[in-house]
Amino acid sequence: MSTTGSYLIKGARIAGGDAADLLVENGFISAAGTSLSAAGATVVDADGLIALPGLVDLHTHLREPGREDAETVETGTRAAALGGFTAVHAMANSSPVADTAGVVEQVHTLGRQAGWAEVRPVGAVTVGLAGERLAELGAMADSRAGVRVFSDDGMCVWDPVLMRRALEYVKAFDGVIAQHAQEPRLTEGAQMNEGAVSAVLGMTGWPAVAEESIIARDVLLAQHVDSRLHICHVSTAGSVEIIRWAKQRGIKVTAEVTPHHLWLTDELVRSYDPVFKVNPPLRTNDDVLALRAGLADGTIDVIGTDHAPHPSEAKECEWAQAAMGMTGLETALSVLQHTMVDTGLIGWSDVARITSARPARIGRLAHQGQPLAAGSAANITLVDPAARWTVDPAAMATKGRNSPFAGRELPGRVVATFFKGHPTVLEGTLNSPLPAEAE
Amino acid sequence: MKHLLSTQDLTKADAVQILDTAEEMAAVSDREVKKLPALRGRTVVNLFFEDSTRTRISFEAAAKRLSADVINFAAKGSSVSKGESLKDTAQTLAAMGADAVVIRHWASGAPVRLATSGWIDAAVVNAGDGTHEHPTQALLDAFTMRRNWARINGTASAGTDLAGMKVAIVGDILHSRVARSNLWLLRTLGAEVTMVAPPTLLPVGIADWPCTVSYDLDETLAKGPDAVMMLRVQGERMNAAYFPSTREYSRLWGFDDRRLAALDEHGLDGTIIMHPGPMNRGLEISSAAADSPRSTVLQQVRNGVSVRMAALYLLLSGGFRSNAGTALPDIRPTAAPVPTKETAS
Repeated sequence: MSTTGSYLIKGARIAGGDAADLLVENGFISAAGTSLSAAGATVVDADGLIALPGLVDLHTHLREPGREDAETVETGTRAAALGGFTAVHAMANSSPVADTAGVVEQVHTLGRQAGWAEVRPVGAVTVGLAGERLAELGAMADSRAGVRVFSDDGMCVWDPVLMRRALEYVKAFDGVIAQHAQEPRLTEGAQMNEGAVSAVLGMTGWPAVAEESIIARDVLLAQHVDSRLHICHVSTAGSVEIIRWAKQRGIKVTAEVTPHHLWLTDELVRSYDPVFKVNPPLRTNDDVLALRAGLADGTIDVIGTDHAPHPSEAKECEWAQAAMGMTGLETALSVLQHTMVDTGLIGWSDVARITSARPARIGRLAHQGQPLAAGSAANITLVDPAARWTVDPAAMATKGRNSPFAGRELPGRVVATFFKGHPTVLEGTLNSPLPAEAE
Repeated sequence: MKHLLSTQDLTKADAVQILDTAEEMAAVSDREVKKLPALRGRTVVNLFFEDSTRTRISFEAAAKRLSADVINFAAKGSSVSKGESLKDTAQTLAAMGADAVVIRHWASGAPVRLATSGWIDAAVVNAGDGTHEHPTQALLDAFTMRRNWARINGTASAGTDLAGMKVAIVGDILHSRVARSNLWLLRTLGAEVTMVAPPTLLPVGIADWPCTVSYDLDETLAKGPDAVMMLRVQGERMNAAYFPSTREYSRLWGFDDRRLAALDEHGLDGTIIMHPGPMNRGLEISSAAADSPRSTVLQQVRNGVSVRMAALYLLLSGGFRSNAGTALPDIRPTAAPVPTKETAS
């Protein structure tokens, strides 16, 4: 494990608190404190920077296998590293679907070979995401990929009996079902949030109730069978209320929100530019404010990017023809700073919790999301909160050019990312991947 | 104004100018030689991704009467059905030198996309997009209403708006691009609008619209509307549970013989019955209503050509007064126009 070298990070504000030095050796933080020195270590001047535990994304579409034209594990994890992530959960809607041990092991191996971040495959709940019968959840859990998060993301596990069984079954290996909450009948042909804007634009609506009714059902199911439930990409004020209620009752539910739902609204759809087409859809300003409040008070546990790259032809078309989804890995932290930190709703220690500690805990990632202290795995992200940059999708590492933030000036820039003690990003640009043999 | 995408974009001055220009165009249509040289050498492409013979031939007649070269490009039977994208189609038309693209599309927003994507620099005219808008239909409806409104008030229609007029739009508002375009334009022109429909066929979000909403057609008729616009209702909506049966729909929201008689009973002599066509006789409108002297269905068709001539002419000549300073090519007839008896029926 010594091939990654040793680094002395000088003067970073730890999770936004007091400045300290971190000595990184052999993949771990060997010392943390003031005025550290280490002969032979590469010094990284972190004056003015904030050190966060490496970001962990519970919701990433890496598209491989099957849609390598949209993204690969290599390009997606390069984007992750640049965004400050040291672990991503690769969603199961690849082709073939990640519904067998073979596919999740393939994705896991691709991640190790790439070396830019830890790739944790998410297993499908049902065979082929078809919602008809359970995939081999146990085999995926026992595989080398060690799957703990299962999701049919993109599709809702709509059948209540199947959902109940899945929630029960994964208890055998401490798994969690991550639900894409979308009542299918209420959203047939849906193109955007149903409300004032859809009425004017003449687009089939995706009503908030289609999300909220599934969440209400599933928190009650989780309570009934005493299982862990995670709600993907919560997008409505009503959903926040239901989850808050469920948590007050002690139900084991966790929830995520995407960066884009913390900022953008369905007003943007008036442009008919499909870069704003996403599922769940952009909602209203009231929803945005409720999501921010829910994230600030802990009702919503984590940020999940729902990074969803698409080839340009999937967006250069009519709205109704366009694919749903936005890229997000390389803008997530900046959007979070803009919407939550710079607005005074949360501090950087909260950022560390919602981007790293909580998602690592939900995904049962042993070596991620640890406090930046001696003995922890050296997964570290250094952020310059004073930097500002303008989003240029063409300059991103992801293959996807579908960033809804294109042209916007954002605060905060990832300066360095250390993955298992190895700098995948230095000075804001890709450095090198963790050598595969180092593991 | 470069494109005609939505009636929401039209100022009152622009709308009145289109209607006034359409009056001049209507005079051309009444001449023996129904042709003006105004758009000679310009190319208008009718790009239709959805079948609509009546709208297509109306635009075709309009462009030809202005001496434009017309290319009809139907998505069916063309490269579009082989999977060519809107982008490639647009760039192809641009390479061929199209000056205007009249686009009909099943997807809401496709004309906006065409106009704003940078794929083509032509003027884009929305000839109906999904359930979004159909601005030239609304303009021809307003033109028809304005003529009737002027006739009742004993004035000339040129230069006037629809202030004080009461319009009821009845039927499948949810899926109607005609209703949306009409609402924005009628409000701009000063009319009051009531939307009448079963609650299932009204969009969530209609509370924000500048109109009154009613579930009761009889009550709306009793309030004395000056125009009642019946919208086409697709019988298949029944299968998606928007209403229980076509019979029940007709009984509650159709313009049937009983309601035709009610207009007389209420003393509403000037009230017109409109329909954008094609009609489902016996469903949203009875034959007696459709064929009654109150019906403006055929006037609407005739006026459609004049209004589309006006729109193409103003867009391609840059002639909107809001684009200040542009000199308009003369459209006045060189020979004395044939006197006409064009009156409202």
